Amino acid sequence: MNTNQKCETMPLTIGIPKETFSGEKRVATVPDVVAKLIKLGFSVTVESGAGFGASFYDDAYEAVGAKIAKTAAELWSSSDVVFKVNPPTEAEVALMHAGQTLIDFIWPAQNPELMKALAAKKVTVLAMDAVPRLLSRAQKMDALTSMSGISGYRAVIEAANVFGRYFNGQITAAGKIPPAKVFIAGAGVAGLAAIGTAVGLGAIVRANDTRAEVADQVKSMGAEFVPVDYQEEGSGGGGYAKVMSEGFQKAQREMYAKQAKDVDIIITTALIPGRPAPRLITAEMVQSMKPGSVIVDMAAERGGNCELTEAGKAVVKHGVTIVGYTDLASRLAKQSSTLYATNLLRLTEELCKAKDGNIVVNMEDDAIRGFTVIKDGEITWPAPPLKLPAPPAPKPAAAVVKPEEKKKSGVGTAVMMLVAAVLFALIGLTAPAAFIGHFTVFVLAVFVGYMVVWNVTPALHTPLMSVTNAISSIITIGALLQVAPPHVAGRLDFTILIIAVVGIALTSINTFGGFAVTRRMLMMFHK
Amino acid sequence: MTFAIPATLTTVAYIGAIILFILSLGGLSNPETSRRGNWFGIIGMTIAVLATVFGMRGSLTGDVQIVAMHGLPWIVGAMAVGGTIGLIAARVVKMTQMPELVAIMHSLVGLAACTIGFASFIDTTPLDVPARDLVASENIHLIEIYVGILIGAVTFSGSVIAFGKLSGKITGKPVIIPGRNLINLLGLAVVIYYGYVFVAAGGLHEQAPTVQILIPLIVMTAISLLFGVHMVMAIGGADMPVVVSMLNSYSGWAAAATGFMLGNDLLIVVGALVGSSGAILSYIMCRAMNRKFLSVISGGFGTGGGAAAKKADGEPQGEVTPISAVDTAELLREAKNVIIVPGYGMAVAQAQHTVYEITKLLREKGVNVRFGIHPVAGRMPGHMNVLLAEAKVPYDIVMEMDELNDDFPDTDVSMVIGANDIVNPAAEDDPTSPIAGMPVLQVWKAKTSIVMKRSMASGYAGVDNPLFYKENNRMLFGDAKKMLDEVLTALKA
Repeated sequence: MNTNQKCETMPLTIGIPKETFSGEKRVATVPDVVAKLIKLGFSVTVESGAGFGASFYDDAYEAVGAKIAKTAAELWSSSDVVFKVNPPTEAEVALMHAGQTLIDFIWPAQNPELMKALAAKKVTVLAMDAVPRLLSRAQKMDALTSMSGISGYRAVIEAANVFGRYFNGQITAAGKIPPAKVFIAGAGVAGLAAIGTAVGLGAIVRANDTRAEVADQVKSMGAEFVPVDYQEEGSGGGGYAKVMSEGFQKAQREMYAKQAKDVDIIITTALIPGRPAPRLITAEMVQSMKPGSVIVDMAAERGGNCELTEAGKAVVKHGVTIVGYTDLASRLAKQSSTLYATNLLRLTEELCKAKDGNIVVNMEDDAIRGFTVIKDGEITWPAPPLKLPAPPAPKPAAAVVKPEEKKKSGVGTAVMMLVAAVLFALIGLTAPAAFIGHFTVFVLAVFVGYMVVWNVTPALHTPLMSVTNAISSIITIGALLQVAPPHVAGRLDFTILIIAVVGIALTSINTFGGFAVTRRMLMMFHK
Repeated sequence: MTFAIPATLTTVAYIGAIILFILSLGGLSNPETSRRGNWFGIIGMTIAVLATVFGMRGSLTGDVQIVAMHGLPWIVGAMAVGGTIGLIAARVVKMTQMPELVAIMHSLVGLAACTIGFASFIDTTPLDVPARDLVASENIHLIEIYVGILIGAVTFSGSVIAFGKLSGKITGKPVIIPGRNLINLLGLAVVIYYGYVFVAAGGLHEQAPTVQILIPLIVMTAISLLFGVHMVMAIGGADMPVVVSMLNSYSGWAAAATGFMLGNDLLIVVGALVGSSGAILSYIMCRAMNRKFLSVISGGFGTGGGAAAKKADGEPQGEVTPISAVDTAELLREAKNVIIVPGYGMAVAQAQHTVYEITKLLREKGVNVRFGIHPVAGRMPGHMNVLLAEAKVPYDIVMEMDELNDDFPDTDVSMVIGANDIVNPAAEDDPTSPIAGMPVLQVWKAKTSIVMKRSMASGYAGVDNPLFYKENNRMLFGDAKKMLDEVLTALKA
């Protein structure tokens, strides 16, 4: 049972059914995570064979304390909370019972019928696709991001698989091999992962995105950012892109046409929330590509960024292989299952702050409110917009100008010079010759000290202080001069002697201690 | 009989000592040459002392012995006592206590300057100048005594307080008495007035000192001592690098003033060397905090307008993301480039040895680990370098801020250990921040930054740190030593 008002003492059972969606290899939790869920106080039941596609077998689940349910029906009926990957099928919805909680990708906007069916079942549904990505606290639960990253990686691997050449340039005995050129459209999570993978394989990578602010991220991944030669900001808020103006789109098409002729591999990742994928690659562009080139269209499920994409298939058109797989994440099932399971674990931790094996769907919590799409049979989707702390608006450039950069007027220096001149004149006029001699020495010594000390490496500032300390006890000479000069009548010899001896003792502490400790410190510095 | 060095040779010996001292400081430009530099200093000091003890000095009536025979046992005895204390102190002091040791040693120089000043004052030996210069020389001599004692006394009491603050015997917080500037001004006026009285009344040098002349001197000494206490009390813990270097400078000026008083060029030169060295250090420290020397000395932080209390709009918001020691180890193990930024917290926790162990392990695994040192990290200039050197961290991976601040974008993990203000992005982004304009280590530009800290308390400057709320920042809460030990265990596992 899911709700907070029924004060239950029995720990809840989390159920992991086998994914029924055709070709799906992922599973909603993995043995490592099962152990942690049990630690949180839950008991976990896994449908037999659920992890098979991702190479997690029943015995691995059992080994960490999960129970194995023979059939889906048994699992659904015995679970209070169900973790899934794909939206439930009609058959699965039928198996649900009132009060159950489903945590899953739902896509409520695309699946209104499903939402109605779930609501009718009086269940609570938490949609992984509705996790408020902007809330930094929610990022650890953001499965969309982790799945996109995997898809981006896999897209490059799929491209490499059908591409007939090396990615990295090589010079072999048989001749020079140029590196592959990869163009990546859209530098979101998937795009950046694709960039990283392609760069890692040694290709020359270029990327474009309508959001100008990602240029730095692209460059930081080791790719070249190809701008569209048109001024327009493409950030639609929330880190997503928006639809661009006609003028921009024209300039963008020209840029794509140019890239298509040049590169060997194009990976498109462009999506705009709630709309069909933008058409970026036309049939002509495909035609203009070199034979043997590859296009991986990561937006295939939403209509494709390429005109010739066929969702779920790899096809060859005009000599170009166009990969339109919609299950890229599932093709890396072990990795994506592990990450997805971890996202679910983080989400469960948010729901189960008390670590008592119960979940509390606290609608006051921004993150939880965000992904709760059905609460006890009541549709709560979409969540009200987040009251986010406005993202720190870029500071006005003028304010950032360093405040201390005042223009140095010569006036201050001039005044200083004048004061010094007056002082020097005064000394010159009044002081006796002997003093002037000492004064000369003093001034010169200050300058020598100034020159020498600026050369001291900052790492040795502490030894510098201790050694200057030691040599400043040269003042001991003063005491030595006083301690026992030839006798002069009327001089308080003994009093002075005692004072001087104290002085010598004090400065000796410094001399010996200072040099010794400096030596000790310097001995420690080594390469 | 004694063997005596002629006055000319004594002078030449002094010049030799001066050259050795300059070479000694010059040697510190590089750790390789620094050990030789230290030896130069020791030799210079030995030559200077021997030349004085066995030397003659020129006078109007021909060369005279500087130290009579009967003084020798006293000198040897005093040096044996002082030297033993010094050597023991140098042996037992912990590297984390270096600031304290340096501070207390400054105080000794100050105290010695006072004793020499007083001894010189009660010394009735006529000045060794031609008769026509006698009056002017007398006056200058008295001014020199007065100034020498003044600087010596301020150095002494200031250093004692600095020692107390550094060793935690006295509160590290600024203690500010109301009307302090007025009190200081008043003190200064009294000191100047009595200086005038002193010089005017003290003209008759050949007579034994009378009470009338002694009073101004004693009052001035008392005021100087109080001033030293007052000045350092008002300065907060993290401004200590400035204070310690300033006192270093003062101890030099005290020596120089003593040199003037005694007409000894060796003292003047060495005093000037030390004085300017300390002054440069103070300047470097102030620049590293983007603060004016005067505003540090006048105490407190952000003296005007209660800037330190500013919290309102600039308060960073968001959540901090904690991280466990195990996950930290994981991040470190997978990193290629790591920069560690240590601060005073590392010294307090005595964590430098564990830091080294971690560094060694990571370097063996091929991780490029470097250290970024902010000039004011710790409690005295170069404090962190010494601690890391003690822990056997090779100095060629310990970098100054300017050397590696541009490398943070290529760094996978930056780890901040017990530092706060020196890694505060507000110093760069927020012109209204009390620490605006202070150069800081840009740890937030690394892919992930990890801040090790006991709690969320703000740093010395009382400024909240937006770094903690950055998306790519993780907080590793707990005692630095304990947490690093856990990281090390996890790394080894």
